Amino acid sequence: MGMNLSRIVITGVGLTAPNGNSLGEFRSHLLNGVAGVEWVEVRYMGRLPAGVCHFDPLRYQKKKELRVGTRAGSISIYCAREALADSGADFEARPKDRVGIYIGCTEHGNVETENEIYAISKFGYDTRFWSHYHNPRTVANNPAGEVSLHLGVTGPAYTIGAACAAGNLGLIHAAQMLRLGEVDFAICGGVSESVHTFGIFAGFKSQGALASHPDPRRASRPFDKARNGIVVSEGGCLYTLERLEDALARGARIYGEIAGYCVNSDASDYVLPNPTRQAECIRRAVAHAGLEPKDIHIVNTHATATPQGDIQECEAIRAVFGEGCPDTWVNNTKSFIGHCMGAAGALELAGNLPSFSDKVVHPTINVDDLDPLCSLPGLVLNLPKSVAKADTILNNSFGMLGINSTLIVRRYVA
Amino acid sequence: MTKDECKNAVIAIISDIAPDEDLSTLKPDVRLRDQLQLDSMDFLDIVMELRKRHGIEVPEADYPKLASLDSCAEYLTPKFNSLAAKS
Repeated sequence: MGMNLSRIVITGVGLTAPNGNSLGEFRSHLLNGVAGVEWVEVRYMGRLPAGVCHFDPLRYQKKKELRVGTRAGSISIYCAREALADSGADFEARPKDRVGIYIGCTEHGNVETENEIYAISKFGYDTRFWSHYHNPRTVANNPAGEVSLHLGVTGPAYTIGAACAAGNLGLIHAAQMLRLGEVDFAICGGVSESVHTFGIFAGFKSQGALASHPDPRRASRPFDKARNGIVVSEGGCLYTLERLEDALARGARIYGEIAGYCVNSDASDYVLPNPTRQAECIRRAVAHAGLEPKDIHIVNTHATATPQGDIQECEAIRAVFGEGCPDTWVNNTKSFIGHCMGAAGALELAGNLPSFSDKVVHPTINVDDLDPLCSLPGLVLNLPKSVAKADTILNNSFGMLGINSTLIVRRYVA
Repeated sequence: MTKDECKNAVIAIISDIAPDEDLSTLKPDVRLRDQLQLDSMDFLDIVMELRKRHGIEVPEADYPKLASLDSCAEYLTPKFNSLAAKS
């Protein structure tokens, strides 16, 4: 099959977030102000606020799979199985070599490497005690590979490393592969197991970018004057994507259509964001969707609650949307769940998808004192907002080394 | 250590390596891999756990001696006893 400019639609969603293990539960908590951040004990560091998922891994996996595999693999398998069930597709009957698995990851392998070093420290650092599972657990394709093993998928299955832009990248890449005719059915999105590596906490702490607060549920506070950094979280969200004609032929429920996207790079710093390139990314995605800024009804921000990063994203959004977009509303999902890293983009999109049917925009919570530098027209603060139009969602996800991604999903209209 | 105690030590390891399997009907004279879903990586786990839990080193050339519970007991019991004598 050759290049195919079909419309690409979302037909299934499977997720686990720190505040919900299904789209229904997640959405309900986003509308009711229920955050999912808790205290965790981090090796060498002590008690820190973090977002932990509480799905039952034995729902789909055997104990042996859990023993051999990774947390990221387990999260991926849970989300993939949930998405497949939700899609209503007859997966057993589908040719497995025409299925693609594309999973975005911020990082992979830190958890497993730290665990092995810790384990051999108990044996005087004798490497004879280093696990023979270390390499299959830490290869960068591990989460996607575990899903392919679990489902018997023989088509392409790999991860996409894109720092914290990775969740969006999973969807974008899947849409591209469906259009290229490389696969007929895609399982895609992003996952993170980052709460199990002390390194990511310690790294943010050394960078002065790790959140602290006496109440963990209030620790992630983008746009608030008192914000003081990132809450590290795990999570996963995988979608089933199909070409529109295939989805219609099987009578699938359609959550929304991939309308447009852009991925670009700052080429300016290892960690500092670049609002000029972010604005460029947003503008290009809007143009790619054949829309204008005023046609975007929900902007889901990437903002992670770092003092500088939030201001810079707001600058980029202000530059694109300005004052002339009365139907554009802006929110942030990390205020509920912290930063789910590779899963962030995919989860945050999912949290907003139900707006197409309920016409409610979930708020950004934990804003007691809005930072004037983060003030934007249409910012939905602390309480959900019923809106007149909810036909388009623009989802920002940015990451270190200057990778930016913007994905636009619109309500499906025949 | 008796051979039966040695078999129990091996079964304790296998129960962690193959947690989904029913080990109550394991036949001691039949190859473990013919009765259980054990692949080569699982087999390496048995070797690793013998090292970690009991300080027993099994050289690669001797791996075939771990084929069944009976052969494990035959091969490992003297090793357990020689370690016990040293300590």
